[in-house]
Amino acid sequence: MTKIISGSELASSLEEKLPGCITASNEVDVWVSPESLLDVCETLKDPEGLDFSYLTSISAVDYIDNFELVYHVLSMRNNYSGVIKCRCSSEGNLRGEPTVSSVTGIWKGADLQEREIWDLMGIKFEGHPNLKRILLWEGFDGHPLRKDYLG
Amino acid sequence: MTGIRTEPITINLGPQHPSTHGVFRLRVTFDGEEIIDAEPVFGYLHRGTEKLAESRNYVQIVTLTDRMDYLASMSNNLAYVRTVEKLADIEVPERAQYIRVISAELQRIASHLMATGFLLNDLGALATPLVYCFRERERILDLFEMLCGARITLSYMRPGGVLQDAPEDFWPSLDSLIGDLPHYFDELESLITSNEIVLARTKNVGLLTDEQAIDSSMSGPNLRASGVKWDLRKADPYEIYDRVKFDVPIGAIGDTYDRYLVRILEMRESVKIIEQCLEQIESGPIRADTPFFIRPAAGEAYAAVEGPKGELGFYMVSDGGVAPYRCKVRAPSFINLTPLRDMLKGWKMGDLIIIFGSIDVVLGEVDR
Repeated sequence: MTKIISGSELASSLEEKLPGCITASNEVDVWVSPESLLDVCETLKDPEGLDFSYLTSISAVDYIDNFELVYHVLSMRNNYSGVIKCRCSSEGNLRGEPTVSSVTGIWKGADLQEREIWDLMGIKFEGHPNLKRILLWEGFDGHPLRKDYLG
Repeated sequence: MTGIRTEPITINLGPQHPSTHGVFRLRVTFDGEEIIDAEPVFGYLHRGTEKLAESRNYVQIVTLTDRMDYLASMSNNLAYVRTVEKLADIEVPERAQYIRVISAELQRIASHLMATGFLLNDLGALATPLVYCFRERERILDLFEMLCGARITLSYMRPGGVLQDAPEDFWPSLDSLIGDLPHYFDELESLITSNEIVLARTKNVGLLTDEQAIDSSMSGPNLRASGVKWDLRKADPYEIYDRVKFDVPIGAIGDTYDRYLVRILEMRESVKIIEQCLEQIESGPIRADTPFFIRPAAGEAYAAVEGPKGELGFYMVSDGGVAPYRCKVRAPSFINLTPLRDMLKGWKMGDLIIIFGSIDVVLGEVDR
């Protein structure tokens, strides 16, 4: 069985290495600040430490007040999985286009998934090598998976 | 021939091309015959499944999942209903779990047969091997028709179980198919596995190392062909997979040939799984007592199954209503395209189709 690393366990091991990166945590989930996302992911992947070498999926959810990115990560060697969340919103304009760091440099598997999130949810990924629309065409107006999108 | 000035040429392969397995476009830049860059372009089949799901109730969404990977509806159904069951905390009766595993494994065989047939088609062995594969697949689709009346868009599973129990005459037909399948595979393998032309065209072609595969989040037979022994049915057993014995075949180096061979070996393992299920299955209820309008408590769940193409997962968020607040699909075909550029670079024009074909993507799932 794949063991699920609890939010509090992840939080304590991340807090040890990167003080101040956690914005909230409970038994199940752990939220990290958008500024420290890149460092957190690097720490997660570190083969000496948690060894989350496999990025299962990135999801984005529109919670009206903010957007939440959910990273499902997996360590195949140790057979355990973890979830990292990151809340982001654009400054000043709640429905603007928030920017977070791209994790493509850490897991290449994020490439197409981040493009999809930009396309459908309108979250920009800084440092992505080729951030353009993927399922819709260039010039499409808006980001359809947002809750305020009127189709 | 020195001194002749040449320049790279960019060619659009698709979206209307018989070997792109759907509507898929590849912008390839060639230097002579050699591929120096490739950019996949897709979205031609985008229907907004995730958005549509937000305005449908939990039972209705089953029909949307059919249309993602339309060669493996059963696996899509299974991944989806498992997520709903996790979200709403629904216990599934044992018989239903067995029927689900049997149908998911049959679906895996059907999907891998298509992959194998089309791989040979892509090699230029037009139609003959494909027809062999279709012959076997036809019998599996007949079984699905017995189960639910449909052959492709099945919608057979429901949160809490399956639509209906298998009819009486399903079981003897399944028995006879299971008896025949190994011979079918032998026949197929005798045509392909040690075929000199196939070997020359696929051995050492389109290499994907294990590190690359893990880094690119590859999953399913593609990942295992690269030598990574990772199968969700073993690593994180769901349904009744912990009660059956089977091997996880892996490839040696991760070339096109390995990706073909792993699928053949997996089909043989699937037959073993079904045989064991048939021994173990007992009579009983096939569906938990769930209301038609399921209202899971506010919360979220991620569940995944080992589909024919790879890890098919759903991430669902509920706000307590009759429809999910968010329904995200982790589509294996989509993510498996991540390393395509690296796999193609440096190969010749003639290898392009076979490398792409060996990844086995279904565009309905890529575009959703």
